[in-house]
Amino acid sequence: MEKRTVFSGYAIPLALLAPQLLITVIFFYLPAGQAIWQSFQLEDAFGTVSQFVGFENYKLLFERPEYFKAIGATAVFSVLVGTLSLALSLFLAVQANKALKGASFYKTLLIWPYAVAPAIAGVLWLFLFQPSMGMVARLLQQWGIPWDPLLNGNHAMILVVLAATWKQISYNFLFFLAGLQSIPHSLIEASAIDGATPLRRFWTIIFPLLSPTTFYLIVVNVVYVFFDTFGIIDAVTHGGPAGATTTLVFKVYNDGRSGGDLGSSAAQSVILMVIVIALTAIQFRYIERKVNY
Amino acid sequence: MADVTLKDIRKVYPGGFEAVKGIGFAIPDGGFCVLVGPSGCGKSTLLRMIAGLERISSGECRINGRLVNDVEPADRDIAMVFQNYALYPHMSVYDNMAYGLRNRKTPEDEIRRRVADAAKILAIEPLLERRPRALSGGQRQRVAMGRAIVRKPQVFLFDEPLSNLDAKLRVHMRVEIKKLHKSLGVTSIYVTHDQVEAMTLADMIVVMNAGRIEQIGTPLEVYARPESTFVATFIGSPAMNLLKGSVADAGTVAVGGTRISCETGNAATGTEVLVGIRPDEVALKPGAPLTVDVTFAEELGPSRLYHGTLGGQDMVIQVVPHAADPAATRLGIDIPARAVHLFDAASGRRL
Repeated sequence: MEKRTVFSGYAIPLALLAPQLLITVIFFYLPAGQAIWQSFQLEDAFGTVSQFVGFENYKLLFERPEYFKAIGATAVFSVLVGTLSLALSLFLAVQANKALKGASFYKTLLIWPYAVAPAIAGVLWLFLFQPSMGMVARLLQQWGIPWDPLLNGNHAMILVVLAATWKQISYNFLFFLAGLQSIPHSLIEASAIDGATPLRRFWTIIFPLLSPTTFYLIVVNVVYVFFDTFGIIDAVTHGGPAGATTTLVFKVYNDGRSGGDLGSSAAQSVILMVIVIALTAIQFRYIERKVNY
Repeated sequence: MADVTLKDIRKVYPGGFEAVKGIGFAIPDGGFCVLVGPSGCGKSTLLRMIAGLERISSGECRINGRLVNDVEPADRDIAMVFQNYALYPHMSVYDNMAYGLRNRKTPEDEIRRRVADAAKILAIEPLLERRPRALSGGQRQRVAMGRAIVRKPQVFLFDEPLSNLDAKLRVHMRVEIKKLHKSLGVTSIYVTHDQVEAMTLADMIVVMNAGRIEQIGTPLEVYARPESTFVATFIGSPAMNLLKGSVADAGTVAVGGTRISCETGNAATGTEVLVGIRPDEVALKPGAPLTVDVTFAEELGPSRLYHGTLGGQDMVIQVVPHAADPAATRLGIDIPARAVHLFDAASGRRL
């Protein structure tokens, strides 16, 4: 039976809801509304004069090849980071779940990267892979592997993908591990007696039972790759070389903040918002059906 | 079908704790063996070692003559019913039962036939499309058994399968398991802490305590001739009375100020003993010299328990309700000599 509390009057429910509503309104609806409003404006670089231009900002965006390039870069970046960080963290969590000795040490090590700020994580990876002084970069050069993220767009993409993946693995690992530990041990034993090989056991028992965790992480990771990777890209490649690692969120910042084109920046952030909302909606609509809660 | 032979099986955990301390016995083909004992006696560990879920630290486990110490659980040709059923929550009842067969690459039409047969035996045909969460406890129990029988294994292992059911359903399922064993005739090993389940299901009871075997025998043997005070008090409800006493002379023991006649065998006079008397084997005999001072009575319906003292020691007797006054404070009793069990006071072993 569902329990329902019945309030007399509106005062108490309103007071109880107010903090949450207030936060949502101030930090989401107002800025979002402002972005939408701004996206219809043309403003000079000093913010003194603004003029209503309708969908002009949007139209201009889709006339520029850079914008399509950014969409392409975002697609490559988000698919790679999302897939890699989910797959690797699931693999690590499965291994950690098996470990008997040193399990807590291993877990702690894996969780640490989450405590590192994105920009610092980016700088860390930059130091390792910077062509002239990075340790890993020098090793690669010694082995004769060409490596220059400063000039080669693909190399730069590899670098930001690695940094962003590394940063997100901790978070995913933690949730996967918790998910794995909540699977009753007797189910694993029953499937062992039922003759399932470890690999088959994973795909037929563990993975389906982990699906609520996986689904949650997919949603969170999509938001992460679209928005939260800004710091890493800014620190590692600054969107370069030649816009090879300029993702949509980086372009929003770059055009608005550095380029001073607030109208276009606002239009881009509205588009980005629509994309993420659409992706999340699709996930809930189609993937959630396959989740075994 | 197969026999199961255990030889000096030990389980030592990495911390040094010895859960099973050298156990050996053999279960004949088609036998129903119940491992019974209190929590922590090692009975579940022993079962899990037979299943292959725990490593055997030392000793030999043979199924149908084949040494299986290092054989994977899947290759031991066993099936197990778990206490919490361990049904796969994301699969339908049909898929739960078919899972083990599919893993073994059984043809799909063969699977369909076997699942249908098992479902018919267990009367779960209408449930095949449901998920485990949509089933009651008793239904889940049946599905768990169905999953075991479709595989047609050589040995069934049951790990306290009825302990999650309510009392009424437990009695019902107990009967079902017994029937199933009768019709399939598969060698079964059953772990429980419930002595009633042990008595009713087994044709061979292994009473375990602290990692060791206390006694092996048929239910009647274990009940009628307990080899130790542990078995004497564990099997039978209400538990056997144990009174401190000593051998007075050949044929009588002294308990407090009174004497009870019994078989003393070749126990020397003066030997300190524990005198075991089952509550229901005491007969009422008004005016007899042997008396129980009653402190209170418990009604069980078909019988009544009088709790009291005999010679200053706690004593319970069980009689039919109309045999005595419920408010009686003193009852004359007669203890037949054959109903008295004598145990060594120090070792607890039967004399």
